[in-house]
Amino acid sequence: MMESVLEAVGALFSGLWTVFIHLFRRPITEQYPEYKRPLPPRARGRIILTRDPDGGERCVACYLCSAVCPVNCISMEGAERPDGRRFAAWFRINFARCILCGFCEEACPTSAIQLTTDYEFCKKDILSFVYEKEDLLVGHQGKDPDYNFYRYAGVTTSYGGKGEHIGERKPVDVKSNMP
Amino acid sequence: MLIWLAGFFILIVKLTVVLLVVLFIAAYLVWVERKFLARLQIRYGPNRAGTFGLLQPVADIVKMITKEDTVPEGADRTFFLIAPAVVAGTALLMFSVVPFGEPLSLLGHRVPLVVTDLNIGLLFVFALSSLGVYGVALGGWASNSKYGLLGGIRGAAQMISYELSLGLSLVPIVMMARSFSIVSIVEAQQRYPFILFQPLAFLIFVVSAMAESKRIPFDLPEAENELVAGYHTEYSGMRFGLFFLGEYVHMMVFGGILAVLFLGGWRGPFLPPVFWLLAKIFLVALFMIWVRGTLPRLRYDQLMTLGWKVLIPLSLINILVTGLVGLVSGFIH
Repeated sequence: MMESVLEAVGALFSGLWTVFIHLFRRPITEQYPEYKRPLPPRARGRIILTRDPDGGERCVACYLCSAVCPVNCISMEGAERPDGRRFAAWFRINFARCILCGFCEEACPTSAIQLTTDYEFCKKDILSFVYEKEDLLVGHQGKDPDYNFYRYAGVTTSYGGKGEHIGERKPVDVKSNMP
Repeated sequence: MLIWLAGFFILIVKLTVVLLVVLFIAAYLVWVERKFLARLQIRYGPNRAGTFGLLQPVADIVKMITKEDTVPEGADRTFFLIAPAVVAGTALLMFSVVPFGEPLSLLGHRVPLVVTDLNIGLLFVFALSSLGVYGVALGGWASNSKYGLLGGIRGAAQMISYELSLGLSLVPIVMMARSFSIVSIVEAQQRYPFILFQPLAFLIFVVSAMAESKRIPFDLPEAENELVAGYHTEYSGMRFGLFFLGEYVHMMVFGGILAVLFLGGWRGPFLPPVFWLLAKIFLVALFMIWVRGTLPRLRYDQLMTLGWKVLIPLSLINILVTGLVGLVSGFIH
């Protein structure tokens, strides 16, 4: 009986002492607007459309991002340039619906659509969350600095015809293979 | 007639000063609690409104006054509306018997530095703190909400149980001071504060007072994890603010009562008496916040067991021992 009382009192005071020591520790709170925690590069924030190293648009309007988007916030219309490159005639993301899940980035075959670490784009007017292509398109390569889809794709563009891309062999003349 | 008028005028002045000081300190006690508790939990606490968040109480009051004052459907309107006033009013009235200095002499008249020097001051405090239960129980019951009702019931049960040990723990003090008047009790501590003679009564009183003012190890009437906010779940705006104010004034009043009954009241070397009283109240408040930062909430049966099976028998034994020692040593005739 006496022992358990003493144990309880001891526990009480050890708790009080532990809490008291914490009075002299530096607070661990991050003071948000003054201090912004550096985010990891793959943090999922506002979406951008990047360009390839040569300055062309990476988006080939394949609709994969639009298809995978769980809230259907991406819409676009594809078109083709005279040199054979596909592009989005218009590209629209409704950030009022976007849940920043990053599926579009995963689905994108050309690294065009990417999520950035910018999460501070609140606005009062909900209609201003509809971002058009000119709002989304940026002048850099984002997280994938080297990739250029049309240098690898077997499509005839101004980068070259069949067999002239990186890692591609000349087309085989099937008739020369005759036994 | 003239003397009566002068006395009345002095009373009004004392009332106003005490009321303003108590309300001001209660408002800043909220700030102190939030700041100190935050530092105990290695946070900063409020630091946006003004330097060090010093304008936080002002911002809180402005917010609460401008909020809508809602009465839930099916609530008992009259009781719902007066319950917060009962809590805040009784808490404020309790401070009227706490002396804050030696009697002044003004133009040949003796002016006691206390709002009213009641000869049954201690009983007055208990009466009011029991009346405060009505605010909690009625507020919870009148809200027409299960959480409010449960909180009110718990509040009533808890405060009635701890009222007993609270009262019994002070009987030895009354025996030693041979008076119910708080002014006389402070005078009786001229040489030594009563905490030296009555450490057990002090402990019982601290625990019971914390239960009485619904502070954290005993905050079952609020118990936000189970009862949303307990008896004040349905309150909004300044009516909620009155409950909140009542709680902090209660904390201050118990600091004050603890100071005058056990720690020698306004007595202290060098500095003015008011400073000593406020310093003691502040220390008690800091201790209460420290305990809040440390202890988890008791279970309901533990709360009742502690009150009925531990504190009340202990205080009864304390009364008997004090009486025995008093008879032998002769301070009781």
